[in-house]
Amino acid sequence: MADCSRQLQEQVRTASAERRALAITGGGTKVFLGRRPVGEVLDVSAHRGIVSYQPVELVLTARAGTSLDVLEAALQEHGQMLAFEPPHFGPGATLGGTLACNLSGPGRPWWGSVRDQVLGIRLLNGRGEHLRFGGQVMKNVAGYDISRLQAGAMGTLGVITEISLKVLPQPALTLTLVQAHPPATAITRMNQYAGEPRPLSAACWLDGRLYLRLSGAASAVQAAAGQWGGDRLAAAEATAFWSALREQQQAFFQPALRGETPLWRFSVRPNATLPELPGAWVLDWAGAQRWYRGTGEPARMETLAAAMGGQVTLFRNGERRAEVFHTLPGALQTVQQRLKRQFDPAGIFNPGRVYGWL
Amino acid sequence: MSKSPPAREALAARLRACVGSQYVIEDAETRRPYECDGLAMYCELPQLVVLPGDVAQVQAVMRICHACGVPVVARGHGTGLCAGAMPHPEGIVLSLARLSAILAIDPEARTARVQPGVRNLAISEAVAEYGLYYGPDPSSQIACSIGGNVAENSGGVHCLKYGLTVHNILKLEVISVEGEKLDIGSEGLDSGGMDLLALFTGSEGLLGVITEITVRLLPVPERARVVMAGFDTIQAAGDAVGGIIAQGIIPAGLEMMDSHAIVAAEAFAQAGYPVAAKALLLCEVDGTDAEVQEHSTRIETLFRQFGATSIRTSRNEAERALLWKGRKSAFPAVGRISPDYYCMDGTIPRSQLARVLTEIDRMATEYGLRVVNVFHAGDGNLHPLILFDANVAGEFERAEAFGGRILELCVAVGGCITGEHGVGIEKIRQMPVQFSPEELAQLEAVKQAFDPQATLNPGKGIPLLKRCQEYRTLEGHAHG
Repeated sequence: MADCSRQLQEQVRTASAERRALAITGGGTKVFLGRRPVGEVLDVSAHRGIVSYQPVELVLTARAGTSLDVLEAALQEHGQMLAFEPPHFGPGATLGGTLACNLSGPGRPWWGSVRDQVLGIRLLNGRGEHLRFGGQVMKNVAGYDISRLQAGAMGTLGVITEISLKVLPQPALTLTLVQAHPPATAITRMNQYAGEPRPLSAACWLDGRLYLRLSGAASAVQAAAGQWGGDRLAAAEATAFWSALREQQQAFFQPALRGETPLWRFSVRPNATLPELPGAWVLDWAGAQRWYRGTGEPARMETLAAAMGGQVTLFRNGERRAEVFHTLPGALQTVQQRLKRQFDPAGIFNPGRVYGWL
Repeated sequence: MSKSPPAREALAARLRACVGSQYVIEDAETRRPYECDGLAMYCELPQLVVLPGDVAQVQAVMRICHACGVPVVARGHGTGLCAGAMPHPEGIVLSLARLSAILAIDPEARTARVQPGVRNLAISEAVAEYGLYYGPDPSSQIACSIGGNVAENSGGVHCLKYGLTVHNILKLEVISVEGEKLDIGSEGLDSGGMDLLALFTGSEGLLGVITEITVRLLPVPERARVVMAGFDTIQAAGDAVGGIIAQGIIPAGLEMMDSHAIVAAEAFAQAGYPVAAKALLLCEVDGTDAEVQEHSTRIETLFRQFGATSIRTSRNEAERALLWKGRKSAFPAVGRISPDYYCMDGTIPRSQLARVLTEIDRMATEYGLRVVNVFHAGDGNLHPLILFDANVAGEFERAEAFGGRILELCVAVGGCITGEHGVGIEKIRQMPVQFSPEELAQLEAVKQAFDPQATLNPGKGIPLLKRCQEYRTLEGHAHG
C-alpha cells in the first residue's frame, strides 16, 4: 500500500532528459508478450493498493501495481468480480499490466474486456506530467478517451499509475455443459447459442468438446441448460476448467509453455470457417478468439486471419525481435507514430515493444 | 465574418464538380436548417452545405477542403445537444445524411455494417427478424444517426447493463482530414496495439469523418418488465437504487424523476404516476420469463423495505410502454410548462445524489429559475432541465450561468461535466474545471496528431489553452 508516483515521476523525468529507454514492468508475468523489451526497467509494482472501492457504486480504483490477487480477494468479500476475468499468467500479475496488454478471459464477449470496464486512469506522460483522464463514473464523454486508448498499447504511450474500473456482481448460479462436436459444428453451435437470449457467459471448443458456461439467475440458467442439453460438469471441475483455459494451463498449451512450438492468437469473426492447417486449435469466445499451436510463416498466417475478418498475433515463442503483431497499413502506422510522439516526444516508453516502428 | 463571394464561389464550383451541383447548397435560405443542431441557442450559418453520396465523394471533398484550409463540420441528423454540429462561419457543413444504407447484416456473427446516416432505431428494425437489436438507445433514437452516436459515444437508458456506443461497435472506416481512408478495428473483438477505436468513439468529429460502422447486435430478451415506485424523499429513492445493486441485480434500465418531473410527465402522458411522490423510480428488468419473474418480485420487496409509498409493476407490454411513456416524454412535458428549457448532462457518483439535488434546488432559488430533474440513476447521469423564457431579457444568460454552476458541482463531488451529450461548444467553458492545463495540453496534442491545421470541427470539444485562461478569469469575476 504505497503511493510511489513521485518516485516514478522523477525516474521518468530523468530518463526523458537523458533520452534513455524505459522498460515499464509490473509483476513481470507478461514479459513473453509482444516484442523483446529493451531499456532500463521501470518497476511499477511497488506503486500498489486499492485507492477506493464502493461496492454499491460498482466502481473500484487501484494503483497500477496492485496485484490481481489482491483485487479479486477484495471483490470476493462483497460478492463482486472483475467481469473481464483477467488471465494472470503467473504470480504477481498487476492491474496496470492487464490493461496495457488488454488481456481478458473466457467471459469477454458477454461481460466485456478490461478495456470495456475501464472508467478512468492516471498516466505519466513522456514529459513526466501526472495526468488524469476519464473518472470514477460509468459515463464520461468529456475529452478524448485516453483511458481506453492505453488498452493494447503495452505502455508505449506512458506509465499507467492508477485505474478506475466498473466491477460487477458475481452471478447467482454458474453451470457448465459439455457437448461432443467436430470444430465446424462447434462454431455453428456457439454462434447460434450466442444469438439466443440465454445467459451464456463462455463458449469454448477444445479437444472435440464444446464447453458452454451459463451464468445468472438460477431460473434462467437451469432453463437454458435444459434446452441446450449436454453433460453437466461438477462445479469444482467446471471452475478448474475455465481457470485452466484462461491461464493457458490446459494440455494443449503445454508445448508452447515449454517453448517448443509457437502459439498464435487469431482475433476474428466468430463464425469464420476454420482454415486447414497441420497444427491444433482451441476456439474460445464463441469462435472470436482462436489459439493455433504450430509453426507458420507470419505472412501466410496474416492472410488466413484477414480471410477470417481479423488479425493474428504470434502470442508465444518464435522470433521475438521480428514483428509479432499483425502488420498494419502505412496510414495506420503513421497515425500511431504521430500519437506516440504526442505522448512521448523523447521515445522513452517501451520502444519497439509492440511494433519495431513504434 | 464570411469569405469573399469570389472565394466562396470558387470553392463551391470545385465541390459541385465532386458531388453534383444539386448537393452543394449555396443559398442562405436552404443553408438555414443547418445553422444549429438540437441545441438551437447556438447558431451559425456555414459558407456551404455539402452532401456527398458515397465514400469516394467524402474523400474528394476532404481533399479539397484540406488543400484550401477550409473548416469541415461533419453532421449526421443534427439531434446532438452540445452544439457539436454547429457550423463554422468560414467552413462547410459535411452532411452524411445521404450515406444511409445498411450495407450488410450477419445474423450468425451478430453484426451489421452500416453507413453513418442510418438512424439508430433503423438498425434494430432491420435486424428484428433475426431476434436481434442494437443496444444503445438514446432518447433521440428515432431520429439520430449512428455516425453521430459514434462521434458522441451516445448512451441511453439501458447503458448500465448493455454499455455505451464504445462497447457496441467493432470497426470503423474513417476519412482523415487529408482524405485518406483508415480502417480501425476488425470483425474480431480486439486488434493489436493501442485502441484507436475507443479514441475515435466520442471524439466529436475532431479527429476524422466516420463513413462506415460495424456494430455488434444483441439477442432480444424474452421478456422485459418495469417496476415503478414512488418515494417520500430523494434520499429514500437513492438508497433503494443502492439496495438493488447490493442484491447483485443489474437492471436493464433504472430511471429516477423528481417531483416536478413527475407532475409534468403525468400531465403530459397520463401514465398513472404518483403525483404526490417526491421521487419516482422506474426499474426495468429483462431476461428469460422465469428470471424476470424472480427479479421483479425481489425488487418489489426491496422497494417496500426502502419505504416506497406506491408500487406498480407492468403486467403486459402495453402497460410497460405506458410506464415508460411518462419518462420518455419528460422533455416535451417540460416544454409545455415552460417556453424554453436548457438540458444539462453531468454525471455523479450515485451516493452524492441527495446532496447534489439539494444544492441544485438552492442554486435555483439564487438564480430565480425553476429546475426539473430526470436522472439515469443506474449509471449516475443527471439531466437537470433549467426552465427559462428566451423572450425575457437576461433569462438565457442566467440559465447558462446556472447550468455551468451545476456542472462544476458535478465535478466537485467526483463526477464529470458530460455523461453522454458531449462537450461541443456548450461545455467548453467547463473543460478547465474538469481538466488541468497539462491535461488539456495533452488532449490538444492528440488533436494535433490527426489534424495539425485544426480544420476538423474547430472550436469544439477541447479548449485551446489561451482560451482556458480567459475562461478562468471570467469565472473568477462571476463568482466574485
